[in-house]
Amino acid sequence: MSLYITSAVIIRNQTVRKNGSVAFQSSETNVHLFLRAIYDYLEVSYTRFHKMDALNKLGWAAAEFLLQEIESGFVDKESAGIVLANKSSSLDTDERFLESTKSVASPALFVYTLPNIVLGEICIRHGLKGENTFFVTPNFDITFMHDYTEQLFESEAVNACIIGWAEQYHEQYEAAFYLVQKSSMGLQEPFTIKALEKLYE
Amino acid sequence: MNNNMDNLMAELKAQIIEQLNLQEVQPGDIDNDQPLFREGLGLDSIDALELIVLLQQHYNIKLSNPADGPEVFYSVRSLAEFITAEREKAG
Repeated sequence: MSLYITSAVIIRNQTVRKNGSVAFQSSETNVHLFLRAIYDYLEVSYTRFHKMDALNKLGWAAAEFLLQEIESGFVDKESAGIVLANKSSSLDTDERFLESTKSVASPALFVYTLPNIVLGEICIRHGLKGENTFFVTPNFDITFMHDYTEQLFESEAVNACIIGWAEQYHEQYEAAFYLVQKSSMGLQEPFTIKALEKLYE
Repeated sequence: MNNNMDNLMAELKAQIIEQLNLQEVQPGDIDNDQPLFREGLGLDSIDALELIVLLQQHYNIKLSNPADGPEVFYSVRSLAEFITAEREKAG
């Protein structure tokens, strides 16, 4: 089966790169302010953003850039999936929730103490209804993500898929999102481990 | 009186940001009259619980009638007016 990477977004070091080119840069070193700067730059009105924790905001922002200009290429969102991974799960928010339990536990914090919420927020935003999975792994295992994604397509579980890495813990953050589709559009990069690694550099 | 109301609304904005964990929102982002729920800050039912806790913790005010919630929590101004009225009632 021929699969293609049709869009790729890397967010790290106060910079968003889309398909290899710088799409956004900010001088904000604080992760929350950096992600807010992205939100302002995108000029979208999406009030749920303000309620998200930093991990959710990072995933949301990466998906926004990833799907810009290509959203109409999602012919069948019913079977468009998303598979992400990170190493810290939602530990950053888990720690803040634990701290809040020393006084009055915050239900507003609790609702975000799962990495799966990142998937949910992206699916709600873009109407994706296919397979979705979030792995917690020590590092971004590109070979594993490639092979798992291929299997999803081969078993016809998805007809398009966002895959990648969304990691945030305190001020450390990194996102690497790829859109994989059956048709050659956008970036038109064949879906190979080598191509994923090259775009991740 | 107006100064008191302005100070109270400024205080409430800081407390709302803290209580609801709106980590990248600044007090200046919140308009005194903008709706807090759905549009505006996009708050939801869980946040309503947080605001009830905020009223109890910081102002020792209990919302005795939950049906008043939508009106009281409509905006920062309506919340400030409710607190002011409750304080006057308490003498």
